[in-house]
Amino acid sequence: MKKNLSYMDSVHRDGKIWGIIVGLVIIAFPIALCLIFKATPNLEVLVKGVIATAPMYWAVGIIEMFTFVPMLGAGGTYLSFVTGNISNLKLPCAIDAMERADVKATSEEGEVISTIAIAVSSIVTTFIIIIGVVLIVPITPLLESPVLVPAFDMILPALFGGLAVVFISKNLKLSIAPVILMLALFIFVPALNASTVGIMVPVGVVFTVITARILYKKGVL
Amino acid sequence: MSFNSNHPILFIFVGAIIALVLAQSFYFLIKAIKRAKELGIKKETINKTISSSAIFTVAPAVAILIGVVALSKSLGLALPWLRLSVIGSISYETVAAGNALEAAGLGAGSQVTDPSIFITIAFVMTIGIAAGLILVPFCTKKIQGGVNKIGMKDKKWGEIFNNAMFLGMISAFLGYVFCDVGTVIKGDFSGLIPVCVMIVSAVVMAACGLSSSKFKIKWLTDYALPLSLVIGMASAIPFTMLLGGAK
Repeated sequence: MKKNLSYMDSVHRDGKIWGIIVGLVIIAFPIALCLIFKATPNLEVLVKGVIATAPMYWAVGIIEMFTFVPMLGAGGTYLSFVTGNISNLKLPCAIDAMERADVKATSEEGEVISTIAIAVSSIVTTFIIIIGVVLIVPITPLLESPVLVPAFDMILPALFGGLAVVFISKNLKLSIAPVILMLALFIFVPALNASTVGIMVPVGVVFTVITARILYKKGVL
Repeated sequence: MSFNSNHPILFIFVGAIIALVLAQSFYFLIKAIKRAKELGIKKETINKTISSSAIFTVAPAVAILIGVVALSKSLGLALPWLRLSVIGSISYETVAAGNALEAAGLGAGSQVTDPSIFITIAFVMTIGIAAGLILVPFCTKKIQGGVNKIGMKDKKWGEIFNNAMFLGMISAFLGYVFCDVGTVIKGDFSGLIPVCVMIVSAVVMAACGLSSSKFKIKWLTDYALPLSLVIGMASAIPFTMLLGGAK
């Protein structure tokens, strides 16, 4: 029976097991805090805080799942949804790796390259944060120095400028409509900013897929 | 046990959870490398994927570390360390912690000394983003199965579909880069900083692509993205001096 399990099936099986174990541990952490410090959460603050946070991020999380799974692949998804920082780190890392290896995200080759890239990225991130936590006292002034702060504030423009060149140059006809739409929306709708860009990713993805379908049916692509 | 947001027991718990998450990453890494070899992917390609992914990750990971430092002022070091090593993102964790602090009547930078409030904040940060964590183990296979069917029915459309998804995401972030340009009308040029940074990064990427094909410098293609990222970020320093405060 075990021998007949394909690589993809084993990824899904292992991803599910790891996902459930890690998920339970993460959710159990605040419960453990209650036991350690013999205290309970303040219900009023909890309800207020959850209402202010959960509706938006649950909705985004569910939509992200549908849009990110095809791009990240199975292994990449199981890892990314545990280690986080998907659109600002894991996904660009996986996209770049697949592009350089010349493999498609939907192929098994794409699946393994994406998983390798995301696993390495997760490991490196975890170690850098560990080093940072150990050396927090000496490095805090450096990380908060007025000279460096602007550079780290601009990480997303610096990241997507480079990625955009690669993908727009390869898909020029398909890029026009979504880029114009997103520029117009972000320039003219004041509510769209750094904290709402996450919501606009699925919007951009769905719009571009519909545009692609129309152009493909018309024989433009 | 008396409460302290930097209590050693917190670091032991957080360290154990992070070790588990690391183990998951190593497990999938080894599994994928084994499969890559079986599929006949060249060792060189695998090694380059590892090295360039590691190099690319450094700058964004330092940005995440800055998030840990910022949150540690009110929450101590252990909780932000955990939260920014698992799920969420810098923007989410900051918003969630901010919402919880505000609900507790505390300012963004004020130190949490009440164990009940600290636990509440930990609950809010955990519950607020739990959707993906809960649903991914049960839905990924079905979603991927659906996408694979698209690719199997029509290979060309499958490839276009794939590219369209990437482009959709990239276009959303390109739009975001321009979200503050409107401030120029009011005489505030700081909204142009992200645009300038994006242009620098794009030019570096294009230059890397062109020079690697013209002068046959293969390594330039492998490290083009981290290079454009770091040079783009570095350019933000003079642009900020020139155009005013960061956005």
